[in-house]
Amino acid sequence: MKVVERTGAQGAEKFYLIAVVQGLFLTLGHVIKNLFNPKRMSVVFYPEQKKALPPATRGRHRLMKREDGTPRCTACMLCATACPAECIHIKAEESPDPNIEKRPEKFDIDMLRCVFCGFCVEACPLDAIRMDIPDVTIADYTRESLVYSKEFLMNHDNKDVVTGYNPPRPVQLTHGPHARP
Amino acid sequence: MTDLLLSQVKLSGESQFGTDEYVVNMGPQHPATHGVLRLIVKLDGETVKETIPVLGYLHRSIEKISENRTYPQCITYTDRVDYVSAMSVNLAFALATERLMGIEAPARAQWLRMVFVELQRLASHLLWMGAFAGDIGALTPFLYGLRERERILDLFEMTCGQRLTYNYIRIGGVMIDVLPEFVPKCRAFLDYFEPKIAEYEGLLTYNPIFLERTKGVGVISPEVGINAGICGPSLRGSGVSCDVRKQQPYLFYDQVKFNECLETAGDCWSRYKVRMNEMRESISIIRQSLDRLEPGPIEAKMPPVLKAPTNSEIYSRIESSRGEMGVYLVGDGTAKPWKVKYRCASFSNLYLLDELTRGWKVADIMAVLGSLDMIVPEVDR
Ligand code: SF4
Ligand code: SF4
Repeated sequence: MKVVERTGAQGAEKFYLIAVVQGLFLTLGHVIKNLFNPKRMSVVFYPEQKKALPPATRGRHRLMKREDGTPRCTACMLCATACPAECIHIKAEESPDPNIEKRPEKFDIDMLRCVFCGFCVEACPLDAIRMDIPDVTIADYTRESLVYSKEFLMNHDNKDVVTGYNPPRPVQLTHGPHARP
Repeated sequence: MTDLLLSQVKLSGESQFGTDEYVVNMGPQHPATHGVLRLIVKLDGETVKETIPVLGYLHRSIEKISENRTYPQCITYTDRVDYVSAMSVNLAFALATERLMGIEAPARAQWLRMVFVELQRLASHLLWMGAFAGDIGALTPFLYGLRERERILDLFEMTCGQRLTYNYIRIGGVMIDVLPEFVPKCRAFLDYFEPKIAEYEGLLTYNPIFLERTKGVGVISPEVGINAGICGPSLRGSGVSCDVRKQQPYLFYDQVKFNECLETAGDCWSRYKVRMNEMRESISIIRQSLDRLEPGPIEAKMPPVLKAPTNSEIYSRIESSRGEMGVYLVGDGTAKPWKVKYRCASFSNLYLLDELTRGWKVADIMAVLGSLDMIVPEVDR
């Protein structure tokens, strides 16, 4: 068996007292600075205090609505195709509006599989899906409640929550009330 | 019962107690293994006779899943290969795909990639420094390191909206341009951060306790290191020049001035010192890249569906925070790769663990394991 002999500190150095005191001086400096200026501390008292999320945050999804409250989504399946986690499940149905071909009958996002990559938002030509609700603590007790339904995703007042995760998109839509500015 | 116990006590000449081999499981849930790595340690007293790493606890089959995803979708999986340094793996995959398909990213995207990859190197080295010092008993550097890392993550969040898995560096460019206030904020951070390195070094570098735990421990000689395929800062600690940024420059690394950090002793302390010096070099690279940042497009013109040529293959490598990160791709003319293979630095660096810890004490396993900067998701993939 191989045993390696240590050749380290010898004699008085073995007590490490000087080293300990030196280190303490450095940390003590920080303690004193922080005591006199608590605002300088890099501590957030989560969950009582929450850091403001920047506008670019990729947060919880929502489905945008038209003025009349119907979803903007036309069930084109582009987001479901782009999704690397295969977590968007859409079932299309015919729309009663003659100007619109299809609408989603079912639009489920499985949050347990979602990786928050943002590809769905980038893929959507109608700006119908956004990830701008600044909620990063998505947790629940059952698996079923984390599969977000169309109703849940549309349960918002259609306002810009924050400036929004809004990357440049290849297709600019120009017609209708839901055209992108 | 007493008989059984007594029968195990062997009477020998000097000592009443014989020394039997003693097998201890370190992990899979052990704070020092930084993830779920299991080490079977065979001990004699406190002396290590053998260390056997058991891998696979974090295997998610990323390489196989990638075969069923399109090239852009694979980028989201690369985020999870090494989540402490996700930008580097993003870049490794994006560069490999670009080389396979003959795409050239515009200049602004290249400079932005350099800024972000080097910021990521800072963040990764900070976390490593904290964890390494924590492993061998100094908790303060961990808190200090994370404090600064937080500000880097804020810069990332401001730009791409995520703090850990960015999906920022894309094939043919980057996801989104930086905000106008990014450049001044980044410069302010660098000015704030540069003196902090001296502070960490004041706590650790020449501290006798730290020196005793790391000096001369786990020495990798250059020959052994090269033969075992060790790479990155771990090999540069032995004085072997192996920086891919210098040897095979990618992005614009040939246009910025930086030094390759080398130490000669090859022990844990040298590997520590190499990483601390690398942080200073990264700061200089980021500053130079920010100077060269000019307005322009951030994404190359590409077909809507990316397809690799039939029977094409490529091995492309970059210097990630942990060492050489290679991506091997085989294209078969469809939108999905036929084969993806990641060559990860953590995996090859782990190879020497047994040899480096033999004969040392149990506590030294932590020092050696920490100094190799191993990340379990990258080992298992
Ligand atoms: S964020 Fe990504 S994983 Fe989540 S639903 Fe959208 S495309 Fe799918
Ligand atoms: S891409 Fe947009 S419009 Fe198409 S199905 Fe998805 S949310 Fe609806």
